[in-house]
Amino acid sequence: MIEKKVLLNKLDRGEAILRAVKMGSEKIVSLIKDSELRGRGGAGFPTGIKWERVLNQSEKERYLICNADEGEPGTFKDRILLEEYTEKMIEGMIIGQIAIGAKKSFIYLRQEYKFLAEKIKNTIEEYKKLFGDKVDFQIDLRFGAGAYVCGEEFALIESLNGFRGEPRNKPPFPTEKGFKNKPTVVNNVETLCNIPHIVLNGASWFKKFGVKGCYGTKLFSVAGDVEKPGIYEVEMGIPLIELLEHVGGVDSKAVQVGGYAGTTVVPEDYYKTLCFGDLPPGGSIIVIGKNRDMGKVLENILEFFLEESCGQCTPCREGNYRLLEGLRLLRDGKASIKYLKTLFTLCDVMKISAKCGLGQSSPNSFLAIMKNFKDEILYNER
Amino acid sequence: MIECKVDYLKRIIEDVLKVHGNHRSSLLPVLIAVNDKIGFISDMALVEISKQMDIPIAEIHGVMSFYSFLNKKKKGKYVIRICRSLSCEFKGKNRIKNVIMRELGIGVGETTDDGLFTLEETNCIGMCDRSPAMLINDRPYYNLTPERAIEILESYRGGKII
Repeated sequence: MIEKKVLLNKLDRGEAILRAVKMGSEKIVSLIKDSELRGRGGAGFPTGIKWERVLNQSEKERYLICNADEGEPGTFKDRILLEEYTEKMIEGMIIGQIAIGAKKSFIYLRQEYKFLAEKIKNTIEEYKKLFGDKVDFQIDLRFGAGAYVCGEEFALIESLNGFRGEPRNKPPFPTEKGFKNKPTVVNNVETLCNIPHIVLNGASWFKKFGVKGCYGTKLFSVAGDVEKPGIYEVEMGIPLIELLEHVGGVDSKAVQVGGYAGTTVVPEDYYKTLCFGDLPPGGSIIVIGKNRDMGKVLENILEFFLEESCGQCTPCREGNYRLLEGLRLLRDGKASIKYLKTLFTLCDVMKISAKCGLGQSSPNSFLAIMKNFKDEILYNER
Repeated sequence: MIECKVDYLKRIIEDVLKVHGNHRSSLLPVLIAVNDKIGFISDMALVEISKQMDIPIAEIHGVMSFYSFLNKKKKGKYVIRICRSLSCEFKGKNRIKNVIMRELGIGVGETTDDGLFTLEETNCIGMCDRSPAMLINDRPYYNLTPERAIEILESYRGGKII
């Protein structure tokens, strides 16, 4: 079940690009649509549909952006792809440009990964030499400057546009008005790395992996209290327990799945599967050992959201502050136990009223940890 | 505090605009370049960028203050950023932080008197499989032990970076 199947497999350099040139825009887009590939950044939007929307725009100036702003705590799968499989991402980007008819694309790399810049630049140069005469493409490397929220596609575009990286209201979607207000596709590094494989092997091959509605394989970054931390490529839809058995993390108190924005899974739920609609398959798996203090774990998570909230909308800016404050008050015995109910209501409010994914997902772990480890945190002997 | 020379500053900005074009979307690359080359973005830099790019100073300040890697004040030559996320915390990030604080005689957010080091904490730097980890400027260090951390600091002090 756990082996190198697609992403960590070999790719014959350039073949997919040549094939894509022959296919042309419409055929590539319909192939990706047929493959039902979904975005690997976390939200899981169908890639083919995104591409089609841009292709159908009347505006001819279009852009493709590779989201390499991997900031979700516990995730490092993109780092491995950027470092060791750079050519797959570049090929995915070139094919993407052909598909949507874009002349220019960007890689938005987080500042923390600046040490990878040279490798990426060199690879772009190599491809320019090899295929510059066959395909009209341009890839620019741009850097973030330390803002988690810029992983959200609209915030990322705003940042590229030269503004504060704050999410915008939708619609219009980036596919209509994105970079420089032109139609723009934003794809995650891992999504793009899948593209050359699909172009070479076809949609039905791709759909042999995974489960219905959620095809393909997925990279998971496993870390924390685990015997064998690292990157694992598994088919979509495998039970969490299977992955944990493989990496030596079954004997644990809980697992943070999907990063801080994901959720906290307790052992009773380890049988659940990793795919869209079940446990969030964003890619981050942090195993929390038996001896860990869950109050501290939650405090760490909430401090993160408080710091990384862009501050634009009230539910997120104030909400995260109140959740952290509430946790500390409750833990230290300075607030009535009834206050927890108020905080649960606050969580619901944040989920429906925050402007972007950050504020909508930050209450997940609060809810999960407070419900499952209420005794430990609230009724302690401190 | 020594303010950098205006001409040098102008050249940094011009160089970036030459590559990316004088357009609003070049603002972040300009700010990053000034920050990288001078260490921080001074008031003088804001004025100069504003002149060359025709963007109000308040706007530029707003953008600058949004990003945690862009410095308003001068920091040490080497900025140490210790990862504070869960995997690093589990693997003893506080031990590393404490030993660095002790060796440098500074707390988090402070700069050494000789202007060499600034110590900060940062959110996940994507090195979770090799925790605990930290960045010194752009360079990542991982699988840290307190002794290894001291070794690294010494190497920066001696000018022979490992």
